[in-house]
Amino acid sequence: MSGPTHETPAIAVNGLECRYGHAVVLSGVSFAVRRGEIFFVIGGSGCGKSTLLRNLIGLHEPAAGTVKFFGESLADAGDARRRELLQTFGVLYQGGALWSSLTLRENVALPLEEYTPLTAAERDELVALKLAQVGLTGYGDHYPAELSGGMRKRAGLARALALDPDIVFFDEPSAGLDPLTSRSLDELIRQLRDTLGTTCVVVSHELASIFALADRVLMLDRTAKGVIAEGNPHELAKDGADGRVRAFLTRGENQP
Amino acid sequence: MSAPSVIAPVPHVEARLEGDCLHIVLGGRWRIMQRRPTWADVVEKALMGGNGAPRRVRFVFAEEMEGWDSALVLFVGEALRWCRGHDAFCDLSAVPEAVRRMADQLTGAADQADAMPPAPALNILAFVGYAATDIWNKARDIAAFVGECALGAVNTARAPGKFRWRDCIDEMQQCGAMALPIVGLISFLVGVTLAYTGAIVLRQYGGDIYLADLIGLAMVREMGAVMTAVVLAGRTGAAFAATLGNMRASEEIDALTTFGIRPVDFLVLPRVVALGLMTPLLALYANALGIIGGMAISYSLLHISPSAYWNEMLQIVTLRSVNVGLIKATAFGLIVGLAGCLRGLEAERSAAGVGRAATSAVVTALLLLIIADAFFAVAFNALNW
Ligand SMILES: Nc1ncnc2c1ncn2[C@@H]1O[C@H](COP(=O)(O)OP(=O)(O)OP(=O)(O)O)[C@@H](O)[C@H]1O
Ligand SMILES: [Mg+2]
Repeated sequence: MSGPTHETPAIAVNGLECRYGHAVVLSGVSFAVRRGEIFFVIGGSGCGKSTLLRNLIGLHEPAAGTVKFFGESLADAGDARRRELLQTFGVLYQGGALWSSLTLRENVALPLEEYTPLTAAERDELVALKLAQVGLTGYGDHYPAELSGGMRKRAGLARALALDPDIVFFDEPSAGLDPLTSRSLDELIRQLRDTLGTTCVVVSHELASIFALADRVLMLDRTAKGVIAEGNPHELAKDGADGRVRAFLTRGENQP
Repeated sequence: MSAPSVIAPVPHVEARLEGDCLHIVLGGRWRIMQRRPTWADVVEKALMGGNGAPRRVRFVFAEEMEGWDSALVLFVGEALRWCRGHDAFCDLSAVPEAVRRMADQLTGAADQADAMPPAPALNILAFVGYAATDIWNKARDIAAFVGECALGAVNTARAPGKFRWRDCIDEMQQCGAMALPIVGLISFLVGVTLAYTGAIVLRQYGGDIYLADLIGLAMVREMGAVMTAVVLAGRTGAAFAATLGNMRASEEIDALTTFGIRPVDFLVLPRVVALGLMTPLLALYANALGIIGGMAISYSLLHISPSAYWNEMLQIVTLRSVNVGLIKATAFGLIVGLAGCLRGLEAERSAAGVGRAATSAVVTALLLLIIADAFFAVAFNALNW
């Protein structure tokens, strides 16, 4: 087998099927996310976006099909290799998913302690930087329970970025944030891509974010149980063939 | 085949001192997961010649610079700090703007973090004071909670249709029927233990037959109710606390409150009623199995026939003794249920908080059980029951 070239997509999904027990939520999902791309997964409520995300990051074993990160599949990797692969991506969970028994500082520092050769002083510095980047300077000693929902989400982002992963998954990053914070989060995502070349996969409903950020979108549908469109959001909104896609991207308002 | 972050060229730095200018040439791939050169080492090596500290530090990106992340930011941050300390000018024009900004932010953020005032230390007087008000508040909370439950019970008695019978029956199934095996096993073994212990003494006086009285009375008046309550405290009280604590953490209790539904009516009463009804039944069952356990040992060890054992036992174990046990069991059940629900409702909103609530529910229940038991001993003695 040849090593990964620069053409190997960051994520390659082939014929993925997601199920809960016998209920098929998604089937025949295939797409690829290029390196350094900002890729949105969109679709109506309950169409399986979170399910797709959980299948991608290995929290659920796909019922069929493959998911490859830089040409390698989590499912086929041995235990040690799987741990290494897991470090190539970070996940921002919908509710932040901070560890409630640790302070914010400790939450962000834990992956650094586990996986990097940094000294304690360097770690503290870096944690302070990450917290500053998400606008949480001065909250390092707070416990998650003492924060608002939006702050928890931002802290979750700081933690997801702790190891400067190659790929970051965002589950509804702007849900529960005020418009300004939500915009600064968008800005942060863009910076992440522009500076570090991070590949970003975002599950979102926020039309403003979709149009401002997305290089490409993947649209899922509940009745089709799969992908109904893929492409640049501006093009899809203008002359996408599918009425459902246009309706979603224009909030059902009639096109001129 | 490999993901890029794993096998990758290592970061490297080349430092050259030209006149008073230190050239830093950065190359390779800088990843936070890998070891990186530190600024201190680089400078030490470059200045080994000993021709004085540089006035300027100039960063250059080599051709083969492949990628960077926070590792480079940390390195540049160290450089910035060193330059500030040594009064040198740091020329970062060749470094990407993002690295410059983050390195600035890094040194700034660390300074700000240092500026945070430490939490004031408590002196002993303040500590004792806080502890005392804490105890007072806790006692008040318990009283308020019991009062609220009593009010809820009165309301429910007035409008029994509103009571959550389905929840109550579910809980009865959980804390009653499902507890039969463990309660049965434990009380059987208590009967066995009592028999062995009693036999040591009674044999010496030839009073073997009185073993039946000893075991019967001990089980019916005391052990049946206490052992059942202890099992339920660990099994059901902790479960109540964990369930309600989790509901509180996920704001389910707040949602009830804002709909004007009192959590006590909706969540606590069905559970406490279920325990209040099931504990005496379980205690009866525990009595029976304890007596059977004692009977088995008396037969095998002392050759007392079961019918002799039964007849002897009925000499002293009356319906009144059974009632004493059942009254206690009911009270214990209520205590376990109330302690579990109270601790659950006041749990901290976090995973650790739920754990602490479950622990404290069991501890509270056991403590109150023993206190109540002592109280009953005195009371029934006074009543001459
Ligand atoms: N644990 C589960 N067990 C069974 N079915 C589930 C489970 N989780 C989700 N589902 C079903 O899978 C489908 C997709 O759910 P999913 O959470 O992925 O939707 P979503 O696209 O993320 O929606 P939203 O935008 O509202 O978050 C839904 O129909 C849901 O009922
Ligand atoms: Mg979802």
